[in-house]
Amino acid sequence: MTGRKPRHRPRRRRFGCLPILAIVIAVVALLAAVFLRSRALPENEPLPSVRAPVQQVDLRPVSDFAAIADPAERSVALFKEAGRVIQHPRCLNCHPRGDRPTQTDAMRPHNPAVLRGGDGHGLSTLRCTTCHQTQNAKVSGVPGNPKWALAPVEMAWQGKSLGEICRQLLDPARSHMTRDQLLHHMAHDELVGWAWHPGGKRSPAPGTQAQFGNLIQSWIETGAQCPA
Amino acid sequence: MAFTLSINGRTHRVEEDGNTPLLWVLRDTLGLTGTKYGCGVAQCGACTVHIDGKPVRSCVLPLDAVGAAPVTTIEAISGPEADALRESWVARDVPQCGFCQSGQMMSALALLRTIPAPSDADIDQAMSGNICRCATYNRIRAAIHDAATKADGRTRT
Repeated sequence: MTGRKPRHRPRRRRFGCLPILAIVIAVVALLAAVFLRSRALPENEPLPSVRAPVQQVDLRPVSDFAAIADPAERSVALFKEAGRVIQHPRCLNCHPRGDRPTQTDAMRPHNPAVLRGGDGHGLSTLRCTTCHQTQNAKVSGVPGNPKWALAPVEMAWQGKSLGEICRQLLDPARSHMTRDQLLHHMAHDELVGWAWHPGGKRSPAPGTQAQFGNLIQSWIETGAQCPA
Repeated sequence: MAFTLSINGRTHRVEEDGNTPLLWVLRDTLGLTGTKYGCGVAQCGACTVHIDGKPVRSCVLPLDAVGAAPVTTIEAISGPEADALRESWVARDVPQCGFCQSGQMMSALALLRTIPAPSDADIDQAMSGNICRCATYNRIRAAIHDAATKADGRTRT
């Protein structure tokens, strides 16, 4: 007989359902252990910086600049220090480039979408006083002041360098102020003064209004020189 | 502290903290629940009332700031513009869930009394502080135009 011998194929290892099921269960258990492990809840962690109490930042006093012999150079240095207030969000928010104010330390567009109107106090149909009263509202946190308004568009500060703002301040056609009026506005105006008492979670302008007024006064007395 | 308030033509004497928002007094003390609480921070306009005829967000208005000024709520609006607004609101079937609508109508009424024949831009600007989560803005705008016409206003384009 010449019949062929049956070929013996190597026997393949076979996996039944149970081992596969065991592997799936093991993987699921492992993933569950990873994702459900005990961790500190977010509220146990320190507050992120944006929610931390606002910080008061100092201004350098006028006496710090006395060592600068050249009056023009001293004048520029004084204005640069005052510029830390001028370019603070508390001031810039009300000196927008367009007709819409900005708000918060991040200077985002005001919400609701309000516009300056003819007198800087809002449109006749949506005045600032619809929401802003004569003082900061404690319960809601909405800021307020009796003179709440935008600066004239000729006095837009946002997007300008400190030197450009300086020259703008000294131009009566745009600032609508003499130097005496400018000093009074900076040192004594109550709406400007709100920048140091903004309430809520808003960071105040650096220093105090009196310190800021002293810097502006010394800047004017030294010739009101502007940075480049 | 005691406050004497003039609301909807009546005098009310209330005992509250001066920081209490007017809205809470209207709703909780006086039961005038037509004025709604939406956000509590003057972002939505649902709480709009009129003080001296001007729209004000009552959720951020402390009692200290109200004084003797006359307050008008949605329950007491009257006059040709108010009547026209009511009719137009019904005819256009403006509300969906309705929660914001009393505030919308208070702002719309102040608009029509300031600008009798408002343009689309006038309406959008005046109503920009009133949010509607059902997005009924197009019907609101159309109803204001209708009301302006009914109240003898002349709609501009």
